[in-house]
Amino acid sequence: MSGHHTPQGSPFAPHTATDTEAMLDAVGVETEAELFDIPDSVRFDGEFGIEPRSERAIRAEVAQTVEKNDDLVELLGRGHYSHYVPSLVDHLSLRSEFLTSYTQYQPEVTQGFLQALFEYQSLLVELTGLGVANCSMYDAATALGEAATLADRLRQTSGTRVLVPEQLADGRREVLANYVGGTDLVVEAYPMDDGNVDVEALGNALDDEAVMVYAENPTVRGCVEESLETVGDLAHDNDALFCLGSDPVSLALLQEPASVGADVVVGAAAVLGLPTSYGMGMGLFATREEYVRQVPGRLVGASTDDTGRRTYTLTLQTREQHIRRERATSNICTNQAWVALRAAIHAASLGPDGLADLATEAVTDAQELADRVTEVVGVKAPVHDRHHVREFVARTDQPAPAVAADLEDEGYAVHVLGEHQIQLNANALAEGEVDEFVDALAEVAR
Amino acid sequence: MNYDQARWTDDDERYEPLLSEKHTAEADLDDAPLPDELTRDSLELPDLSEPELARHYTRLSEMNYGVDSGPYPLGSCTMKYNPKFTEDVAAIEAGAVHPDRSPESVQGNLELLYDLQDYLGRIGGMDAVTLQPPAGAAGEFTGVLVAKAYHEHNGDERSEIIVPESAHGTNFASAALAGFDVVSLPGGDDGRVDLDALESALSDETALLMLTNPNTLGLFERDIEEISEMVHDAGGLLYYDGANLNALLGRARPGDMGFDIMHYNVHKTFATPHGGGGPGAGPVGVVGELAPFLPKPQVEKRDGTYDLFDPEHSIGKVHGSLGNWLVLVKAYAYIARLGDPGLADASAKAVLNANYLASQIEYEVPYGPFHHEFVASAGDQDAADVAKRMLDYGVHPPTTKWPEIVGEALMTEPTEIENKTTLDQLADAFNAVADEDQDALAAAPERTAARRIDQTGAARNLRLSWQALDDE
Repeated sequence: MSGHHTPQGSPFAPHTATDTEAMLDAVGVETEAELFDIPDSVRFDGEFGIEPRSERAIRAEVAQTVEKNDDLVELLGRGHYSHYVPSLVDHLSLRSEFLTSYTQYQPEVTQGFLQALFEYQSLLVELTGLGVANCSMYDAATALGEAATLADRLRQTSGTRVLVPEQLADGRREVLANYVGGTDLVVEAYPMDDGNVDVEALGNALDDEAVMVYAENPTVRGCVEESLETVGDLAHDNDALFCLGSDPVSLALLQEPASVGADVVVGAAAVLGLPTSYGMGMGLFATREEYVRQVPGRLVGASTDDTGRRTYTLTLQTREQHIRRERATSNICTNQAWVALRAAIHAASLGPDGLADLATEAVTDAQELADRVTEVVGVKAPVHDRHHVREFVARTDQPAPAVAADLEDEGYAVHVLGEHQIQLNANALAEGEVDEFVDALAEVAR
Repeated sequence: MNYDQARWTDDDERYEPLLSEKHTAEADLDDAPLPDELTRDSLELPDLSEPELARHYTRLSEMNYGVDSGPYPLGSCTMKYNPKFTEDVAAIEAGAVHPDRSPESVQGNLELLYDLQDYLGRIGGMDAVTLQPPAGAAGEFTGVLVAKAYHEHNGDERSEIIVPESAHGTNFASAALAGFDVVSLPGGDDGRVDLDALESALSDETALLMLTNPNTLGLFERDIEEISEMVHDAGGLLYYDGANLNALLGRARPGDMGFDIMHYNVHKTFATPHGGGGPGAGPVGVVGELAPFLPKPQVEKRDGTYDLFDPEHSIGKVHGSLGNWLVLVKAYAYIARLGDPGLADASAKAVLNANYLASQIEYEVPYGPFHHEFVASAGDQDAADVAKRMLDYGVHPPTTKWPEIVGEALMTEPTEIENKTTLDQLADAFNAVADEDQDALAAAPERTAARRIDQTGAARNLRLSWQALDDE
């Protein structure tokens, strides 16, 4: 024993018995217990019943626990993707000056993180073509919710309608419903036509009561959306905000959001920087410069210091909860800054061609797997006659839940969309895994 | 102990250059496997080699200050040490699965989440816990939605949430986000809730009182049982903001004080890294009566098997998936490492440290007795200047100018991780700055990577990207 902390104390409290004694003395009490100004009636004298364990034991225990997960090849997508994350990302982002710091309330001593976040914002400005990107939201679903409250604040009309595609990830739909729950906004679904926006139906659905139109590219089913400009025009003709959902990998290849009239871009930014982590993500949020004062979350801006050199600092903080309280643009405080750092490092390590290649592979992988599985007896793919990014929907003659369950027995996880539809993320298969998967599908689909 | 922060300067104009100032290139999009009209026209991004990037980010890290660099007594943020092994536990690959996996195929992850729910329930004295909220503010929003759903379920629509003036800004914002009118509660002379003011604020419109205990002055709300009775008599619910839970581990539990709903800031109390602003996690605990309103899905255990289920009157979802998994794993590992005795000791030492430090500094420290934090007043000095000058003494300064109930506030939370020597260094920093004149303060900081930064200029001349800098 080093003499630090009592044997039964926190291993991360460094007090020696002598120091504790001296400190108690300085405060003028005899025991730590005396410091707690808590009425007896609410004092807790029970036990949690949590046994302390050693570092080594916990590492073994958690490994044993999570290894109870079935080791499946995941052809799952729908907003969560595992692109290979280079070692560089871990090693640099885990530098403890980054990892153990917090929000940059003192910019002079946290220039490093501020610059990294400024660079992250800039990468998104390049990818979206919009003038402003914030430092991160929790995930794509909460970013969509924040976009709707932004539309609520900006609206010029008495309208209340937020239009979203009928095909939308459940998580996004439900989180959106909660974020607009405090406003008078009403979320309505508009129809899709063969995996894309049904522009005629959307046009009919729109009127001057609409405040926001949301569309995705790629869609939740992996389709490239072909009518973005029309969707944008329809939204703007009705004084509604056009919000586009995407992700930074797809954006390297697909139409630039600003070029199709997007006012806000949201999405899953952790497709860079993090593998699928049981749903932990990071929300992309970008918008036009004219809306900057209504942006939720933190923004890093450039400034200068007393030496005249360029520096970075959190800015427009009067939008935020710690200053504006109930009139803040959002309640967000702690965000996903470290994931943003990782995404920026990942993007920088890929470079322009690497990022474009990743997007290109996502398109060709989907095409190639669809071509293969449609050869399988009892399967037709893709269901939608569209271009695809990463994933596509396949029709199965057999009931889809049974096909998926049989595939799971064979070591594959796939989405079930309906009675005879499954969704496959081709991009998740490593080279050499395609043949085996197609063979397994052939076994269970006939 | 003091330091000069690393300062990488390129020239008189800038420190470490931006990625975009080093080398960029245009992506080759000519062979895109899509029709032209569906692809972007161009993409210009930084194009650097791995060694160049390693140096860039290493330099940036050297121009950044974290808990591992030195004392970081940022009040209300609980900047405690983040045990290294928790990173390794979170990095175990078998847990990094897709969120849409079938419950049968991710029994390991569900078991860990279930066990963490159980731990948190015991620690807070709560009957049911959701791990879905990805941060403290998201936890507040969740709790407010639960309260709203509960009242509506009882046919009792209520429009107001009461929040003490000294509360965290997120309380007000979370209540507003859920559509409530916020009733701000003035504090009493002793820095605690004024029961008369509370009585006047309560009505049949009161859905919830949100309370931090100990409050942001570090004071325990001694009248908590009476407060609880008053709120419940008015038909309202009582919410515990868990930001300051590090003061109470093993000494008192929100559930025993009459709180119906609480959130836990695992990045504070349970030592998961703050990551330069996040991610955190903000699990929410509730009493049994409110469990049917929790977000969906919840993890349950039946006959040794784990499953997901939707609570009967669930508010729906507050995160697209199940929350910040990696953070939750780290919190589990930390709680397991400390166990009952370690958790209690963490609070004991956190409270001892705050009281010891408060006793050693020359600035006035009103109110008391303190728990995990105290708020000193910089008096005639500007608290923001004091903070800048403290940086020159090798420490991160406290939270400044808040709560406003103390003039020129220096809100200080050393946490349990500092030893006496470091606390003495912190006290020395406070005391040295207290004796300095305005010129010294205005010139600070001198030893940090950057010198005093023009905040007003940043807001007046907005440049939020390197593209904006190029446009100049």
